[in-house]
Amino acid sequence: MHIPDGFLNARTWVTMDVVAGLSVAYAIKKTKMSLAERQIPLMGVMAAFIFAAQMLNFPIAGGTSGHLIGGVMAAVLLGPWAATLVMSTIFIVQCLLFQDGGLTALGANIFNMGIIGTVLGYYVYRGVGISFGSKKGLLWGVGIASWLSVVLAATFCSIELAFSGTVPLRVALPAMAGLHALIGVGEAIITIGVISLILRARPDLLQRYV
Amino acid sequence: MEKWIIILLGVAVLAAIFLSPFASTKPDGLERVAEDKGFLEKGEGPQVVNSPIPDYTLPGIKNEKLSTSIAGLVGVIIVALLGFGLGAILKKKEKIQ
Repeated sequence: MHIPDGFLNARTWVTMDVVAGLSVAYAIKKTKMSLAERQIPLMGVMAAFIFAAQMLNFPIAGGTSGHLIGGVMAAVLLGPWAATLVMSTIFIVQCLLFQDGGLTALGANIFNMGIIGTVLGYYVYRGVGISFGSKKGLLWGVGIASWLSVVLAATFCSIELAFSGTVPLRVALPAMAGLHALIGVGEAIITIGVISLILRARPDLLQRYV
Repeated sequence: MEKWIIILLGVAVLAAIFLSPFASTKPDGLERVAEDKGFLEKGEGPQVVNSPIPDYTLPGIKNEKLSTSIAGLVGVIIVALLGFGLGAILKKKEKIQ
């Protein structure tokens, strides 16, 4: 869902760059207050793992592919703020080194695929987990947050495209949300899979919310 | 912790090298919608940044699969280093008593 330069008008991409910039600055501040020494390797590893996973497109219906975004996965292991920094790093490298996503659109991409997943996704994970208690609740929270993060990313992307006059919302939103409702299932399955493996072997690596 | 770091890093590196060349080449959700709804060409103009490895393809390597593998490996290493580095710089400072 990496938006290239040219899809968004200046007013929209400038706004999103500011939003993303402020969010990343806040994430830096929060991370400094809470990142434990033992989490440092986890930041490098999650960056590597999610970057690699984002390269592995899988086919979905109708001649289209999807790929993991990874925001919720990162947040469950690192908390919302460190995860935001990991995701932002990935998007910046993808943009500058690989031309995957535009430079002006970087803010929008960081917001849609990073912040929505890491921040909103984290609190959905937390909310569902607290409501249900138990390991099952935790995994349900992971799944719901993962799916939601993808669909909401697609929704915000559609809104940005509409504000830019690139495509009307009533055209973009059903198409984007529909495809990403499917892709989101993939995100949920992969994220639940990875998290449940880690839960079994190293439950201390997960962010605890109680 | 160390064993897990190595396992996950190893999986990432192996996936980048051996799986990424076989990833689906079909357009992703956004590209598909852009094609169908007629705004794809808006994104095909000159990009603001000229990247060294555009679209995960190393210029100068003819074999596309090899090119993707190497691009994947380079990317994984760079983001891993940046992630570690960020963590090291930003970690919570212990108060000095």
